[in-house]
Amino acid sequence: MRSILKAALFAAAATAALTTASAAAGLSGNLKIFLDTSNPAPRATMEKMIADFQKLHPDLDIETTVIDREEYKTQIRNFLTANPPDVNTWYAANRMRPYVEAGLFEDVSDLWRERDIARNLVSTKGAMTIDGKQWGVPYTYYQWGVYYRKDIYEELGLDEPETFEEFKANCRAILDSGRACVTIGTKFLWTAGGWFDYLNMRTNGFDFHMDLAAGEVAWTDPRVRRTFMNWKDLIDMGAFIDNHQTYSWQEALPFMVNGDAVHYLMGNFAVAPLRDAGLTDDQLDFYQFPVINPNVELAEDAPTDTFHIPAKAANKEAAREFLRFVVSADVQTEINNGANLGQLPVNAKSSVDNDKFLNKGFRMLSSNSPGGVAQFWDRDAPAEMAKVSMEGFQEFMVKPGDLDRILRKLERARGRIYK
Amino acid sequence: MTTAKQQTAGAAWWRRNQQTLTPWLFLAPGVLFFLVYVIFPIFQSFGISLYEWDGLGEPEYVGLRNYGDLYWEFVDRDAFFTSLKNNLVWLALYLLAIPAGLFIALFLNQTVTGIRLYKSLFFFPFVISQVVVGLVFTWFYDPTFGLLNILLGWIGLGPVNVLGDENYVTVGIIAAGLWPQTAYCMILYLTGLNAVDPEQVEAARLDGARGRRLLWHIIIPQLRPATFIAFVVTIIGALRSFDLISIMTAGGPFGSSRVLAYYMFEVALSEYGFRMGYGAAIAVVLFFIMLCFIAYFLHSMWREEKGAR
Repeated sequence: MRSILKAALFAAAATAALTTASAAAGLSGNLKIFLDTSNPAPRATMEKMIADFQKLHPDLDIETTVIDREEYKTQIRNFLTANPPDVNTWYAANRMRPYVEAGLFEDVSDLWRERDIARNLVSTKGAMTIDGKQWGVPYTYYQWGVYYRKDIYEELGLDEPETFEEFKANCRAILDSGRACVTIGTKFLWTAGGWFDYLNMRTNGFDFHMDLAAGEVAWTDPRVRRTFMNWKDLIDMGAFIDNHQTYSWQEALPFMVNGDAVHYLMGNFAVAPLRDAGLTDDQLDFYQFPVINPNVELAEDAPTDTFHIPAKAANKEAAREFLRFVVSADVQTEINNGANLGQLPVNAKSSVDNDKFLNKGFRMLSSNSPGGVAQFWDRDAPAEMAKVSMEGFQEFMVKPGDLDRILRKLERARGRIYK
Repeated sequence: MTTAKQQTAGAAWWRRNQQTLTPWLFLAPGVLFFLVYVIFPIFQSFGISLYEWDGLGEPEYVGLRNYGDLYWEFVDRDAFFTSLKNNLVWLALYLLAIPAGLFIALFLNQTVTGIRLYKSLFFFPFVISQVVVGLVFTWFYDPTFGLLNILLGWIGLGPVNVLGDENYVTVGIIAAGLWPQTAYCMILYLTGLNAVDPEQVEAARLDGARGRRLLWHIIIPQLRPATFIAFVVTIIGALRSFDLISIMTAGGPFGSSRVLAYYMFEVALSEYGFRMGYGAAIAVVLFFIMLCFIAYFLHSMWREEKGAR
């Protein structure tokens, strides 16, 4: 019933948009869209959304190309220079810097001055800004946090921890029961970046974290070391599963599903595969990463996925209209609901789908993240530093005793990378 | 009148130089492609290696700084050192494919019913893609459900995470690479064994040579051409090892299974790689290592041809 109602609402909204759009004179010509949403559910969502846009602009000849998400990360360099589409997907913050600096993305600050966008997307404006200009629009974001097995917590009589000390106490109880405390797969490195983000933001705060990402703090700084010491507490305890360096994040899921591990620090995209593997909402729950240093404000990771217009696009007028359409409140509500992307809408006027994890995440990000919202380590730090440092995090998780050597190596890399 | 004269002159010129020109004409397409796709890119790589370039913006001339950075990475035992060291390990261990291939070829060089089936089964790993080989071995090594650890468990040895241990990982990947490479050497030796002169074997038998002596003094010398080719393909295979590393470990754990070819890809072309100049500098180093071997191969081929004449 609810979904029917929602569909009706959406249809009404679409017709409303239709009338305003047709008033703004029909668009024509070609519109080439490149997408990296190659997983089945996001792909269907995007195709549906583009079909709706097509209905609004029947004279427009839309051509959509979906590229494998991993392939896309290397192909983007080629197509932006050689064969640019009119619209393409990408990521916010430093991840777009190389293309902005090479003049390959269109400056869309004019869109951000329009009233609807200026008002409703203000929360992500910072992440879209480089050199005082905006270079794209966000279409979705998602929270990170601690996903855990509620049934095992109940079995062991544990409560959601508020502080890191409580978290460690829970871990000890879990380890005593013969399980691992945390599952993780660091083969592709970035998952370790998530742990570093949270440990560092909770130990030293958001601003320090951003300064470190910007290369303004030495890796050998005692404050950085304090973050690693907190990490070391968990490693020395044996909190993380063994052999995590050989697993991808998906290969680490079964530990959680089988009850061999209890926590997973992950983005909300982990919920879908965990549910598919048979965990019910009674077994699976979520909480905000616990407080380590009570003197710093809580800050969260919420990576934002974005749409951009290549500087060499042929039909920028239609591309801008498409961007306006993507960020409008109703489209945001629709594409981010549980049946589609299952993530959080960016537009403040959109509504969050009635899903336990989305609601919790939305509340956390909108009211309990006063320190700030980070994009994720490999989007906030420059690509090269992200790569070197995440390799260091993985090495540290396997050989915590080598911390000094690893930090010296990262410090050398810092000297080379930021000029 | 004049045109006819010119025509005859042209035809005469052609007739005179036909012998020298024809080979060049036939070579022309090959030479052209070789120049465009091999020789020219070599010099281009030299050029790029003197710049700092993210592949998008304007390249910035930095002289030999990329090579300087490589030198410091070597001194600091950083990624470049690891890659170079692993390349040497690859070169040494990959050569095991040659004796292994010879052994299997000798073993299979007999007439038994169904020998063709056995031969094709042994050749099978060379036919399947390297990606599949990599996946099969990844599962074989898997620390939780992999066959290797089950087997080790039977003889009372503890579980070992081959691909997660910096000391074992390169050897583990090379073992995977040896599987198809041995098959390749085997096929080379099988064809070589067909060409062994039966009369010489007969004569040696009459002189009382058998077993190892027969193999060492009669068979192996006759297999020299096959050995040479096996050596060439194995050396080159070892130096350009890339796909197995990419599939099995992505260079990890913490970069300890990198080789030069993979490191070059990583810095220049992977998800986080934007250093075309640095990648080109690594390529140049790899090129010089290969050049040593190529020069040796060309030299020995040249000597052989001179001997044959």
